Amino acid sequence: MRTAKWLVPTLYILFLMLPIYWLLSMSFKSTNEILGGFTLWPRDFTLANYTKIFTDSVWYNGYINSITYVTLNTVISVLAALPAAYAFSRYRFLGDKHLFFWLLTNRMAPPAVFALPFLQLYSAVGLFDTHIAVALAHTLFNIPLAVWILEGFMSSVPKELDETAYVDGYPFWKFFIKIFLPTIAAGIGVACFFCFMFSWVELLLAKTLTSVAAKPIAATMTRTASSSGYELGLLAAAGSLTLIPGAIVIYFVRNYIARGFALGRV
Amino acid sequence: MNKTINNRAWFLVVPVVALVAFNALIPLMTVVNYSVQETFGDNTFFWSGVTWFEKLLRDPRFHGALGRQLFFTGIILLIEVPLGVAIALTMPKKGPWVSVCLVLMALPLLIPWNVVGAMWNIMALPDIGLLGHTLNALGFDYNYTRQPVSAWVTLIAMDVWHWTSLVVLLSYAGLVSIPEAYYQAAKIDGARPWAVFRYIQLPKMKRVLTIAILLRFMDSFMIYTEPSVLTGGGPGNSTTLLSIDLVKTALGQFDLGPAAATSLVYFLIVLLVSWVFYTLMMRNEAQ
Repeated sequence: MRTAKWLVPTLYILFLMLPIYWLLSMSFKSTNEILGGFTLWPRDFTLANYTKIFTDSVWYNGYINSITYVTLNTVISVLAALPAAYAFSRYRFLGDKHLFFWLLTNRMAPPAVFALPFLQLYSAVGLFDTHIAVALAHTLFNIPLAVWILEGFMSSVPKELDETAYVDGYPFWKFFIKIFLPTIAAGIGVACFFCFMFSWVELLLAKTLTSVAAKPIAATMTRTASSSGYELGLLAAAGSLTLIPGAIVIYFVRNYIARGFALGRV
Repeated sequence: MNKTINNRAWFLVVPVVALVAFNALIPLMTVVNYSVQETFGDNTFFWSGVTWFEKLLRDPRFHGALGRQLFFTGIILLIEVPLGVAIALTMPKKGPWVSVCLVLMALPLLIPWNVVGAMWNIMALPDIGLLGHTLNALGFDYNYTRQPVSAWVTLIAMDVWHWTSLVVLLSYAGLVSIPEAYYQAAKIDGARPWAVFRYIQLPKMKRVLTIAILLRFMDSFMIYTEPSVLTGGGPGNSTTLLSIDLVKTALGQFDLGPAAATSLVYFLIVLLVSWVFYTLMMRNEAQ
């Protein structure tokens, strides 16, 4: 029993890797091979699908657009959430509990509910099809999340730290930036990771709010798959490339991932 | 932590409130507005009261979508939560394999949702996909574009693949926070593995498990992109979940009134259940 313990996680990881393997193997196959029949690995190995993506501006602009609005969103969400999380963690003020729950309800709002009103709102203020529109729209669910995570991390820092700093004569902002933020650096990293993640994986709002200039890669994929026949190899190559940013950020926060998913509450 | 009462803390919250209010209140009011009006598509609106809500609550299409949604959420919670806990319990606690496990397990969580749908789509293709080909070779009659049962199995397998890791990571975070002394005490008392799980590990995981169930409930109830790429709600309407139905009405047919009414009822359901979990969670935290 003891010795077979490693079997469960191993089987699970194998199960996780199967679709990823299939996606990668597809991306190195030619369209003929894919449609020709079932092959377990690429018989005539080709890089043509990747070449197409890196040379066609419609494709690589999709990646640039996605990365742009995801980065913008992460910066806006975390910057706005930092002071708010501090307030929730350190002070009691009028309506604080209601406010906290209200923020969280926005994490619960189905994007499908907001798609149409968002389209009208952002068209009305002239931001339709811009990176900032998607970045702002994604703050709807990322700000509550960032506040929640940061509040968890901040609350585990003893209040004596703040008090000592004030006794030493630090003004609030100086204390906050020079002492407090470095103390919760891990929490900020985790919050950035989560904002990045949820903005990177969301498509419905991103697709609804853009048409050409800020079109995300994921939307480019959907369109290509349906309009120009069924180019599975190309689709698989584009999909494989979307795994890379995620893999990179996971590697950086791997030691904090578990705590971060517990929203800083472990 | 005992907090200082200070109403000036509101200044720190203002940026967040302003941003979220812009994003949440204006669209929400738009939805409320549409839900009580009738239009003939020429930008003139008439007051219609609660007609849309009355129609909606009697609409078999809505009942169908809601039923499928509840079924989906129920099934995936029943599979993902026990499975996630089991995997977390068997994961290594220290050593180089911890990072390997964590990184590999977190990978599905960072794949754009439509890519997840596309991945499973090409993997499940009956003739040339890995899963579809294998199942058919083994003698199962499997075709997710034609048979509702195949479509459901694929849909559930996809969600288990995509999100079980979230439960694993959360449970794991709860488990590693248990001091070694607890296990030693249990060993001295001669506790069986089940007793260790029931009286040490499970209570310690209660808090993170509540978060896990809350997040999985919310996200599975709002799921749109993955099933819409995988099956598009088909075959027929057999996998049309609430959000797919809603997007069809709102962005496909531009039936603003019914779509808005559906939106509000939908949002209220998520809100109500989440509120129950949130209250439970805060009570846990207060202890």
